Amino acid sequence: MDPIYLDHAATTPIDPEVLQIMVETYQNVVGNPSSIHSFGRQARKIVDDSRHEIAKYIGARSREIVFTSGGTEGDNIAILGTAFANSHRGKHIITTKIEHHGVLKTCAYLESQGFEVDYLDVDQTGRISIDDLKSKLRDDTILVTIMFANNEVGTIQPIRDVAHLLANHQAYFHTDVVQAFGTVDMDVKDTPIDLLSMAGHKIGGPKGIGFIYVRDGLSLQAYTHGGDQERKRRAGTENVPAIAGLARAVEKVGERLHERIQENLHARQIMLETLDAEQVAYKTNGNSEHFLPQVLNLYFPGTRVETLLTKLDLAGVAVSSGSACTAGSVEPSHVLTAMFGKGAPETGSSIRISFGEGMKEERLREAGRIIAASVRDLVNLGKASESM
Amino acid sequence: MTKKSPSQTRVVVGMSGGVDSTVAALLLKQQGYDVVGIFMKNWDDTDENGVCTATEDYEDVVRVSNQIGIPYYAVNFEKQYWDRVFTYFLDEYKLGRTPNPDVMCNKEIKFKAFLDHAMALGADYVATGHYARVEERDGKTAMIRAADQNKDQTYFLNQLSQEQVSKVMFPLGDLEKPEVRDIAREHHLATAEKKDSTGICFIGERNFKEFLSTYLPANRGEIRTIDGELKGYHDGLMYYTNGQRQGLGIGGPGGPWFVCGKDLKQNILYVAPGADHPALYSQGLIADHVNWISGSPKERVFHCTAKFRYRQKDRPVTVHVLDDGRIEVVFDELEWAVTPGQSVVLYDFDECLGGGTIATILNQGTDTVLDFTDSASI
Repeated sequence: MDPIYLDHAATTPIDPEVLQIMVETYQNVVGNPSSIHSFGRQARKIVDDSRHEIAKYIGARSREIVFTSGGTEGDNIAILGTAFANSHRGKHIITTKIEHHGVLKTCAYLESQGFEVDYLDVDQTGRISIDDLKSKLRDDTILVTIMFANNEVGTIQPIRDVAHLLANHQAYFHTDVVQAFGTVDMDVKDTPIDLLSMAGHKIGGPKGIGFIYVRDGLSLQAYTHGGDQERKRRAGTENVPAIAGLARAVEKVGERLHERIQENLHARQIMLETLDAEQVAYKTNGNSEHFLPQVLNLYFPGTRVETLLTKLDLAGVAVSSGSACTAGSVEPSHVLTAMFGKGAPETGSSIRISFGEGMKEERLREAGRIIAASVRDLVNLGKASESM
Repeated sequence: MTKKSPSQTRVVVGMSGGVDSTVAALLLKQQGYDVVGIFMKNWDDTDENGVCTATEDYEDVVRVSNQIGIPYYAVNFEKQYWDRVFTYFLDEYKLGRTPNPDVMCNKEIKFKAFLDHAMALGADYVATGHYARVEERDGKTAMIRAADQNKDQTYFLNQLSQEQVSKVMFPLGDLEKPEVRDIAREHHLATAEKKDSTGICFIGERNFKEFLSTYLPANRGEIRTIDGELKGYHDGLMYYTNGQRQGLGIGGPGGPWFVCGKDLKQNILYVAPGADHPALYSQGLIADHVNWISGSPKERVFHCTAKFRYRQKDRPVTVHVLDDGRIEVVFDELEWAVTPGQSVVLYDFDECLGGGTIATILNQGTDTVLDFTDSASI
């Protein structure tokens, strides 16, 4: 059996149109965008058009878009750049316990550099509380960084409320939208966000490319030094074909946002229906109202996540636990730990199923049956060894 | 039970990132088995530079698995290892004995926690890169010494049960170590020239004394001769083992001095002058935690051969099975520096019968009772 890919939150297959544009760019565009000759101008035009296209989609101006290599680099540039450029106004930063490591470890690094970081708790559905944020906010807070939606459990944060709360405060607001971008409407005119980072490969775009939005007038200390590309905010020759591909991927999200949401909700429903029909015990981790349709995090009591993931892969179903690995072995998820407490059963027995473009209903049902059978096997084995 | 064809037989290989387990996986793959490689992470060994040798080893598992063409995974048994192997290891040292964590690791982790994990993944067998063999004899699974007598590891596998050995494959059992290296080289496997790991896995290349002192309090005490003469001071009984000559820090006339026993209650280390001193010799031992690989001893009293430490030549002995399950092993000839805590492993020619943990040394060639460790452990 061909394996079934249900790990779109990790990365997505490239969209054929995106690939085609990239191939054409590689074949036809020779120059370096910084060069003054015709070849350079041809490349520069592609970068500028792409930037314009992306800016338009999120309601920004072209000059507010900085291309990066992806989500982690975007988080680093946004957070480090803002912190170091504004440290004379304060050294306090607020984030949450459930951020991606691209944010969490950057904040930890800033702590080692003399900054003070508060990590907001989340409730059992993975949401922060605005009151909690209010109480942590200080006069010397310079940055608040809260992800738009969580990559492991899909919970969407009250981003508009945060943005409006911070509108009258000196602290800049950064949000990591890497996971949310493909299925959530983004408009920085509507919502006063100062910085936003995204990655192309989560939306059918190329890997190794992404962008940050940096609100006009915000000072950002450069992080890579060299040429004057990206208005000196990110030196280095532009990855022109990837930028062209990224713009097309973003454009497609815009064209199909509502279909994408519906398709993912449908996939989710099929998966849950199949599990229900198979009568396997599970619980959904996340928020039942504010959630990304493509992320489904399930707790299967009586299983061990490491064994379950391996068993599923051997049976041809690719899912994940969403969290980091050390020496290849799965560590308890920091997100589930923040939601349920250290050592809670959810932290060792949950998997993330994530949906994407072009999934066939029959294959989803097949995957659901395999998941149910594997869970049943492990639960029975667990019971057998307990009674021994 | 009808035997499944290799392609329908799933074998989960415990891959350490070393040359032996790599070649074990390769050979099984060549024989057409459905091979799955799994790396066990048993110890968090991140050093002061943030480097974790487990990560390096796992990288090797990734590389060779891709070369061989098998799926690979990892599993974390740090908790099980700590609870069932490391705690035992420390407890034994507290009792003044010299434990063998590899024996316990095989019994509790590699052929228990790991075996269970593999079975949950639908495995028919687990395989490792151990030098040993299993074969059917008289309707049971027998454990047989490896073809490479120099590398034979049955000593460390003496605690396995029928249940365990019946689900095990040792693909290297018929090979000599140099052949294993040659196979790895022939197939350009990334681990072909990798150095064999030495020492106890969780200690690695670190200083043993320093390692132990971070977990157990060291009580300085006296070093006395078997006649009671004060010779010096030791750093803690746990650092010494019978027959040890180095690191005593005592010289003077009559030497060289060898450790020949410990008095745990009074915290005294006993030494004897000269390697041939009778106090270093004994006539027998009593072992507990006895395991019979076949499930039970063939007779209550029988003659066979035994090893009291790894890589020692076999010695002829007579085994008496005691009513409480322990065994008394009487040596045909006096034996030098038998050490409590180590395994005594019994052999019937090429077959490993099982073994136990050495608890008491019998009739050491002196009037002084040198070892209180047994009474302390009861």
